[in-house]
Amino acid sequence: MTTTAIGGEQVGADAQAAHSTWAPTRRRHREAGRGPAWTIGALAIMAYALFPVAWIASLSLKGEGDIADGKLIPTKPTLDNYRTLFDSGEFVRPLINSIGISLITTVLAVVIASFAAYAIARLDFPGKSLLLTGALAIAMFPPVSIIGPLFNIWRSTGLYDTWPGLILPFLTFALPLAIWTLAAFFREIPFDLEQAAQVDGATPFQAFRKVILPLALPGVFTSAIIVFIFCWNDFLFSISLTSTDEARTVPAATAFFTASSNFINPTGQIAAAAIIVTVPIIIMVLVFQRRIVAGLTAGAVKG
Amino acid sequence: MATTQTPPATGSVKAGGKHSGGSGGGRFQTDRAKAERKLGLKLAAPAAIVMLAVTAYPIGYALYLSLFRYDLRTPDQNAFVGFDNYALILTSSVWWQAVLSTTVITVVSVALELVLGLALALVMHRALSLRRSVRVAILVPYGIITVISAYAFAFAVAPDTGFIGDGDPLGSRLGGWAVIILTEVWKTTPFMSLLLLAGLASVDESLQEAAKVDGATATQRLFRVTLPNMKGAILVALLFRALDAFRIFDTVYVQTAGAFETQTISGLGYNALITRVNLGLGSAISILLFLFIILIAFIFVKGFKTNLGTVKGEG
Repeated sequence: MTTTAIGGEQVGADAQAAHSTWAPTRRRHREAGRGPAWTIGALAIMAYALFPVAWIASLSLKGEGDIADGKLIPTKPTLDNYRTLFDSGEFVRPLINSIGISLITTVLAVVIASFAAYAIARLDFPGKSLLLTGALAIAMFPPVSIIGPLFNIWRSTGLYDTWPGLILPFLTFALPLAIWTLAAFFREIPFDLEQAAQVDGATPFQAFRKVILPLALPGVFTSAIIVFIFCWNDFLFSISLTSTDEARTVPAATAFFTASSNFINPTGQIAAAAIIVTVPIIIMVLVFQRRIVAGLTAGAVKG
Repeated sequence: MATTQTPPATGSVKAGGKHSGGSGGGRFQTDRAKAERKLGLKLAAPAAIVMLAVTAYPIGYALYLSLFRYDLRTPDQNAFVGFDNYALILTSSVWWQAVLSTTVITVVSVALELVLGLALALVMHRALSLRRSVRVAILVPYGIITVISAYAFAFAVAPDTGFIGDGDPLGSRLGGWAVIILTEVWKTTPFMSLLLLAGLASVDESLQEAAKVDGATATQRLFRVTLPNMKGAILVALLFRALDAFRIFDTVYVQTAGAFETQTISGLGYNALITRVNLGLGSAISILLFLFIILIAFIFVKGFKTNLGTVKGEG
């Protein structure tokens, strides 16, 4: 798995580096990659990716009277929907739940997965490939297959409609993701450096803290982003294992805006809620684009 | 971090082995190996326990429940019924509608995603202009909450708030399928294209050059050189997406709630389990879905000879 932990960005750079011995080829690719056709292609991709976000942003800025005017650009932009949303009391608590539950799950998943991934990358122990295969199987597992039993068990153990009641299933499905990503990253760490540092007089702990940790952290961080996005996205567990705002997360809560507002069209509020939960993701994507791409493709493709 | 170093060759990554470099004699090695095994198990245990506790145990419990009449609304009538739940499901038209719906949505959306994802990957691979902006933009659909993208498309085609004229596509089976598929394709093509892009980058450029020298056209090079050489990446991307699409729930719940015969297997299971709290029947649906997923994975692994282990990097 040579290319495993290499991000898309880096893959591109690698491909170019490979070309650098072939200067003419490289120049030809440069030219090819910068022509108007490629620019149009690039712009088309951006439009494809961003257009639905633009129209939902537009809906969120429309007032009661304009929401059905069918125009892409709001004629009288207003923040009314956002105000209603925060005043309604139906959104703030789910938002807190979403943030809290996703963050706690992310921290737990990354810590537990780091242990496992370190063992997979560095140690020889029985059941290693079983662990990897099992994790892969769980990643492909249909969540609907376990919501019934969980619903029943959670009701009798008091986990129903609580944060831990969501954190546990989230964790289970986040772990395979984190283990695969982290194992791919950890395998790329030159652990020999640790021994080198010890030969140079560092204590084992110093060697770990000053040499290995800095090399491992970016991978850990990348997995954290991917796990967070995964938790942030969940709908099925949240709608099945909660009944009140006690633990219900934003995606599930939006489904109930629809049901509870019979007289006013909730489209505006849903759109506003959509924008609020999407903005942090867009910021994360902007800042950590390279890491996310690296993490998503880590381990997925053989070199 | 991995972005800073050149990875070692495929074979050498065979995990664990590379660490054995110590200087001691045989005795030292075995003690060390023993300690290593112990530490490895200890480190892996928490993850294994959590994953098993929340999947293996519930799926076993679901299997058990599926053999019972077990309805939370009529708890005094709960009784062992053998395979009656399965018989009821497999003879019901609602079930087969859901199987058809799920299959149509899976096959069409994954096929479209493959074509579109490949086009996206090719543009991203070659286009140097706006490179960073494209990469950022493409992660937006991936990062967006599925439910939110479902709303975005539902609102866009809705007769009142929509931008696409009159009529209600979500008011018919074909229209519903079309919108659901469109949403799925929009949301997940970027992920597919990133996997394909990584596969594309692993194709040896010198093959391209050789084909070019031999006078192959761009199309010939794509179909005869590039695609065959990234077969592994394509199969893995297809497998992941097919299994994911077959579990589809969020989009359908939001957009049609399963009306007009657009219900999927997951939706059917959810309705039985959570809405009607009929855990016996619902569990039987869950188990059948589980079997479908295993079947799809099996077809891919055997039929296409996809060695997930190899592709996933486990030599």
